[in-house]
Amino acid sequence: MVAPRTSLRLVAPVWNRGAGSIRGLSRAVDPEGSQRKERTLFQFLADRFYDVAALREYMLQKQVLKVHQKNRSFTYIKERYGPYVAGAHFILKQGGAVKFQDKEWMRSSGRGLSSLEFWEFRAVPIEAVDASGCAINYQGLDHLLALKELQSLSLRCCPHVDDWCLSRLHPLADSLQELSLAGCPRISERGLACLHHLRNLRRLDISHLPAVSNPGLTQILVEEMLPNCEVLGAGWAQGLKLGLEEQSQDTASSPIPA
Amino acid sequence: MLRRALWLGWGRGLLGLGLGTRRGVSTLEWDGKVSEIKKKIQSVIPGGAWNPLYDTSHLPPEHSDVVIVGGGVLGLSVAYWLKRLEKQRGAIKVLVVERDHTYSQASTVLSVGGIRQQFSLPENIQLSLFSVEFLRNINEYLAVVDDPPLDLRFNPSGYLFLASEKGAATMENNVKVQRQEGAKVCLMSPEQLRNKFPWINTEGVALASYGLENEGWFDPWSLLQGLRRKVQSMGVLFCQGEVTRFVSSSDRTETPSGEEVILKKIHEVHVKVDHSQEYQPVECAIVVNTAGAWSGQIAELAGIGKGPPGTLQGTKLPVEPRKRYVYLWHCPQGPGLEAPLLADPSGAYFRRDGLGNNYLGGCSPTAEEEPDPRNLEVDHDFFQDKVWPLLAQRVPAFETLKVKSAWAGYYDYNTFDQNGVVGPHPLVVNMYFATGFSGHGLQQAPAVGRAVAEMVLEGRFQTIDLSPFLFSRFYLGEKAQEHCII
Repeated sequence: MVAPRTSLRLVAPVWNRGAGSIRGLSRAVDPEGSQRKERTLFQFLADRFYDVAALREYMLQKQVLKVHQKNRSFTYIKERYGPYVAGAHFILKQGGAVKFQDKEWMRSSGRGLSSLEFWEFRAVPIEAVDASGCAINYQGLDHLLALKELQSLSLRCCPHVDDWCLSRLHPLADSLQELSLAGCPRISERGLACLHHLRNLRRLDISHLPAVSNPGLTQILVEEMLPNCEVLGAGWAQGLKLGLEEQSQDTASSPIPA
Repeated sequence: MLRRALWLGWGRGLLGLGLGTRRGVSTLEWDGKVSEIKKKIQSVIPGGAWNPLYDTSHLPPEHSDVVIVGGGVLGLSVAYWLKRLEKQRGAIKVLVVERDHTYSQASTVLSVGGIRQQFSLPENIQLSLFSVEFLRNINEYLAVVDDPPLDLRFNPSGYLFLASEKGAATMENNVKVQRQEGAKVCLMSPEQLRNKFPWINTEGVALASYGLENEGWFDPWSLLQGLRRKVQSMGVLFCQGEVTRFVSSSDRTETPSGEEVILKKIHEVHVKVDHSQEYQPVECAIVVNTAGAWSGQIAELAGIGKGPPGTLQGTKLPVEPRKRYVYLWHCPQGPGLEAPLLADPSGAYFRRDGLGNNYLGGCSPTAEEEPDPRNLEVDHDFFQDKVWPLLAQRVPAFETLKVKSAWAGYYDYNTFDQNGVVGPHPLVVNMYFATGFSGHGLQQAPAVGRAVAEMVLEGRFQTIDLSPFLFSRFYLGEKAQEHCII
């Protein structure tokens, strides 16, 4: 909704003198309540001294840069050995697992591919990628989008995968058959709406997405959007208000599959 | 004497008693007096508003390097980039003057909130591409320590433009330009359209262009609040008031060809406080006009357009408010989750809103049907007579719908060529414009803010060259016409 929300209290700051008045505006921006954690000495100092505030900003920037560094592109490897090797090296360095065609799953605990494997796998397409828990973001998806024969992709519990990343997945529409997005904290129903490009998708897992506002309704709408796909989600019965007697019965039995 | 002493004693006792009772009864008065004294002391000690005679904390400061007239998304974006691109921390003092702190008539918050790259001018495409990159990384650009991250509620569902036989060739050319600039747009035939979106009636459609990535719609209110929060943390001052006067000085000089020209420089901005005759003259070096639908009035205050017509002095800023309606309706059998923002060749458009089969949309009226811009009243007959037939013709499911609500907002409409005005005025040398975007201002705001900040700080456009959008085109008659306007 684009009309101003009534629950937002619009603070009218005339002259702000120092960082203290930002508090009021932050509460206005986030009505769910930014929980006031115990104020550490550092936060106390940051509110009163510009130098300490600048230091905190710098530390925040460093964290952001770390994620960017992890998602940088391996142009040299890509030019020399091809997109499959570059993609595999990227995923393995992040701590994920890769399955080349007709080979077994490979996992290397953050070391990437060895130079022998670079040469060995340079023309072998990648069939499946398991990037669960990896710090992959919008930039890092470049590596995955070059894998034209990718059939199964698992992005379970990736902290930086959000709606923008989902809108980038359309080049994989021809080959992708299995996609798992369970547990990603930043994905909402708005990103799920752009999965309609993936016409060959057969299995989609959208369970445990905390940012989706209405999981049951979202699952129904996604199923309507992708008629040939089996959607694993919260179950359409979740979120329905049941009577007291039925509720005790329902907790015992499993929800009716869609 | 004894009587007098007794009487005095008694009087003093009474006095004592009196004081006691006064202390007991009038503690409230005493507290009020204490806070008044505190305020007076605070206004006198260093760091406060130095004015020992009366309290001026409700007024803007007396000096400011840059005064930005208008606190909508464009004004705040200019303020953000000015503070971000300044050479030294705290080098520039910026003041944002906004008349209405509730933003009840501001175009930003009443906007449908769409962002697209499907334009015909390469500059517009570049502006949109940078803005979408800004929105994508908004929590890196607008991060404030200790505050929660911003959620723009971006729907990456894309825009779908339909073209009839007449417009098909133009659409193909436009898509070629868009692809060259880096936008991800694909062309679809009516067959493909029917396969992908079976709810569209493709009668009369020859070609369609669909934005695959970086297009969609978002919540402009959260962008505004995020910008405001960040900009305040960077030290920009806000003031609620109305600009009523510019005090400027003139200077005669000669052009290289020998013509005499009068250059004006604004020295003071008079900001009038709401519901009062009080005003504060703010001394400034630069004024940025981002007043949106009211930019024309602000330009007139600065003397732009006062001169014989046909000359540069007589060229007015051709930005005026135009009222546009947005209707919200519910249609249970309507298009599903994959529906993009559909723009019909007839001018009607709609998009989904949320999960509950609600849609919002409207139509731009023709020149004869232009509604009266003096208020924001909604004309519901316009929907019945003009918008609904067009929608129902394109999407048959919309024959059964129920309008739930509607609102109206202003376009800061550029009557010359419906594109923005960016950059300084040639004669009033320290007034910069960032207005007149005629309905696509919100989606270009981050990039335009950066362009204006570059112009103010460096004197030229550095990242995106917006010379086709300068003010001088109104005098020279060079239209930078945008064809894809919704």
